[in-house]
Amino acid sequence: MRLALRRGIGRHVATPAPVWPVVLLGSVLVVGAAGIAVLVGSVMIPPAAIGALLWRAVAGGGHDPWPATYATILFDIRLPRIALMILTGAALASSGAAYQGLFRNPLADPYLIGAAAGAGLGAVLSATLRLSMPALPLAAVPFGAFFGAALTVAAVYALGRVGGATPVSTLLLAGVALSALLSAATIYLLLRQARQASYILAFLLGGYAGGGWEAPRVVAPFVVIGFVVLYHCRRELNVLSFDDHQAQQLGVDVGRARLRIIIAATLMTGAAVAFSGLVGFIGLIVPHMARLLIGADHRRLLPLAALGGAASLVLADTLARSVVAPEELPLGVITAVAGVPFFLWVLRRARGAAFF
Amino acid sequence: MDPLRLSAVSIAYGVRQALCHVSLDVPAGALVALVGPNGSGKSSLLHAIAGTVTPQSGTIHLGDTALTTLTATARARLVASVPQSARLAEGFSVAEVVMMGRMPHIDPWRGSRHHDAAIVAEAMHAAGIESLADRWVGQLSGGEQQRVLIARALAQQPRVLLLDEATAHLDVHHQISILGLVRTLAHQGRVVLAALHDLNLAALYADHLVLLAHGTVLASGPPAQVLTAALIEQAFGVSVIIATHPFHGTPLVMLRDR
Repeated sequence: MRLALRRGIGRHVATPAPVWPVVLLGSVLVVGAAGIAVLVGSVMIPPAAIGALLWRAVAGGGHDPWPATYATILFDIRLPRIALMILTGAALASSGAAYQGLFRNPLADPYLIGAAAGAGLGAVLSATLRLSMPALPLAAVPFGAFFGAALTVAAVYALGRVGGATPVSTLLLAGVALSALLSAATIYLLLRQARQASYILAFLLGGYAGGGWEAPRVVAPFVVIGFVVLYHCRRELNVLSFDDHQAQQLGVDVGRARLRIIIAATLMTGAAVAFSGLVGFIGLIVPHMARLLIGADHRRLLPLAALGGAASLVLADTLARSVVAPEELPLGVITAVAGVPFFLWVLRRARGAAFF
Repeated sequence: MDPLRLSAVSIAYGVRQALCHVSLDVPAGALVALVGPNGSGKSSLLHAIAGTVTPQSGTIHLGDTALTTLTATARARLVASVPQSARLAEGFSVAEVVMMGRMPHIDPWRGSRHHDAAIVAEAMHAAGIESLADRWVGQLSGGEQQRVLIARALAQQPRVLLLDEATAHLDVHHQISILGLVRTLAHQGRVVLAALHDLNLAALYADHLVLLAHGTVLASGPPAQVLTAALIEQAFGVSVIIATHPFHGTPLVMLRDR
């Protein structure tokens, strides 16, 4: 499988492997995961009913013999949730892949330079604000999370700048330092706001907070545009994962490329976590698994990570709402409990192969 | 076949002056070796030409083109560098790394085309690594990795090829085969400037030597004119005996115990 994916089919070996096989594989994974997710729920909807309802939504017309609640559950609850999970998973995993290349660090994930700490503080601040100003809509929390993430990464970038350049190492250290500070502030606010604590804890652990089609509709443009920008930078990411001098000698304007990648990843991550909470591990593990499968060339790694992340998060969310149904487990707990052992197993099997 | 022309190039890192008003013509079609002790400015000179270090003053021209005014991309279409031992990230195949040499020529919206693949295949053939195309770079030996870097530089289709101690970590077999390849590439009409530690290898392979010391050019000319006992003592502070290579007639530098 690994070899077939690497070589492509009937490919002349002297050229880099083509992109389409990984897009095909990733798409199959996403469709499969969505197929499982749409069938699972507290109300059992027969597959035939789902098929017919979907067909009717596309083709129109006809009359169906099923209860009207089926259509409501399918179109207003399950599908928007699946859509949001696809967008969130794709955003986190492709940003994670880009950061691992950009920072030349296998521990990098989309939260590395402050996005998570900023989103957490933004969420807890806006939730606190809602206590004193009940007129604020519930959407204030995702809004606060998004801007918290964006502002924190901007601050880290400004702090990491020394002598007109932004070296990877200072950027990383500035990110770790500022994240620690903001996390401390978040915890303190959390302790003071016991009434909001469970709501904010749920955000910090990640999980679907409802919102129907509103959430995916808001998140989609960020994720699509962010991914296009990252994919546009795929060759820059390849040489940046070597070192800055080589990248420059191959014609990359290192500073500008790095800034573009960070902005794209931050917008994607910020938008995704604003509605899905701080889902962990997806952005760290999925890119590594994609890399183990097909190598580190970002032409192929970015699409496979995005689609693999989407499929993984849809499955994780399905587990989150079915394991202790009708209760829901936090999504971050599922990604950790299910993702980490699987990842360790893959890692040990693949030792010595293409890894960092 | 434009020559590379440096005029009064100066580089300082803080207070340390690495290059002092260096003026140098590097002709196309000859292998020019840059020799000199550690810290004499060899790497700084190469970095200045590649654009990875910006000189405080002076100009660098390739024919009529001022390299210092070009964007990184435009410069990478003209100048390629082979580092001493580059960090080659794991997880890339040889073909993928060599394709990176096409970066300055590829429109990111359109991606690589058939002729890019053809140029990559040709570069791998010239560097003698076409049989390694599908191997991971991390699994190659040092000599093979160095050939991958040369192939990547060739895929840039540069008019100027810079090598910074590109053979320093290799055994004699690989040193000789890579320098032979580099000399062939030079004789095809490129500007090739190679910093070399080993004076005897430089004498054997280079058509022209440039001896640097303390950031200035001490001597420049054919090996027999540059590798004299007096100049070497002046540059390196060691006394040597110069003999003549019995087979090639080039100068042979022999060290003496103090």
